[in-house]
Amino acid sequence: MAPSHNMSRRDFVTLVTATLGTIMAAVIGLPAIDYLIDPALKSQKIAAWIPLGRLDSFPIGTPTLSTFTSSTVNGWEKTVNSYGVYVLRKSDTQVLALSNKCTHLGCHVNWKADSQEYVCPCHDAHFGPNGDVHSGPPPRPLDHFETKVENGILSIHLLEG
Amino acid sequence: MWKKLFAWLDERLGLNDLYKNILDRPEPKGNWWNTLGSASLFLFVVQAATGIFLTVYYTPSPDHAYDSIQYIMTGVAFGWLIRGIHHWGATLMVVVVFIHMVRVFVTASYKYPRELTWVIGVCLLILTLGMGFTGYLLPWNQQAYWATTVGTSIAGTVPFLGPFIQNALRGGADLSALTLSRFFAAHIWILPALLVGLIGVHLYLIIKHGESQFPDKDD
Repeated sequence: MAPSHNMSRRDFVTLVTATLGTIMAAVIGLPAIDYLIDPALKSQKIAAWIPLGRLDSFPIGTPTLSTFTSSTVNGWEKTVNSYGVYVLRKSDTQVLALSNKCTHLGCHVNWKADSQEYVCPCHDAHFGPNGDVHSGPPPRPLDHFETKVENGILSIHLLEG
Repeated sequence: MWKKLFAWLDERLGLNDLYKNILDRPEPKGNWWNTLGSASLFLFVVQAATGIFLTVYYTPSPDHAYDSIQYIMTGVAFGWLIRGIHHWGATLMVVVVFIHMVRVFVTASYKYPRELTWVIGVCLLILTLGMGFTGYLLPWNQQAYWATTVGTSIAGTVPFLGPFIQNALRGGADLSALTLSRFFAAHIWILPALLVGLIGVHLYLIIKHGESQFPDKDD
């Protein structure tokens, strides 16, 4: 009881209980909120450059299918996905790397040498050698990868769109 | 403004009556031993809250149970805190519930008209121990696995019915994925539901009969 104030014992106990309760709730509650939203706050790991092999192993003028795997870690689980990429070597230095995933619904497109087109088996979409849509339902050209050549090794990095 | 809002709510919900009857009851002379029931209730609420939070990341399968707890402890912000509170709160709850029972016994508070409060309290103690037993398996580490192996084997020593009880607890002859998922179901659904229901009756009886006076020399 504070003699200098006109505070009753009951009011004092109420105040102390409310204060301590608020502090305890905050000490547990705020970390609990952080705990819940934690996965949303973590930035997805940026995919590293993926080496595909020596540049001279890809023929000039013909798209060649190359595959690679990439793994993502979600919490306690690791998922390994397999990807396909068509590498078109236009000249000694110029390289175009296209994802083989159709931009319509994600089927795998195939290169048809006779028509010089990528054809999707699912809904008969046709793409040109540079990935542009010739016909069919896809909303945008094939996704392409950023490429770089170091010491004769071709590496790729996914770019959106 | 707030007074008007409160008056509106009070008229419809009877908040003042609730407060008067539930929290503003006449009490015998204050004694810290009388607070152990409230402490048990508080610990139950804490266990329920932290337990709900743990299920956000925990996975009750032998493939992922251990890894998901490792992830809670090291990968999630404050996961160590939530699990730590749940882990130590569990032990503390068993201790507090037990001391609460001893207090009721020593002060003879179980006598007329509070016999049913006592009987339900005993059920609550058993359920609390059941929560401890089922929760112990969930980390799915060596300690958990072998403790449950031993615990269910003890249940298997009951005359005649023993083997059946053991198989029912394990969901088969041996500890398996089935054991883990049925312990999980018991730990987060069945036992808590029973606990909540019986705690409700326990509290109703306490409010109805009030708290007992400590016995004096004449008793």
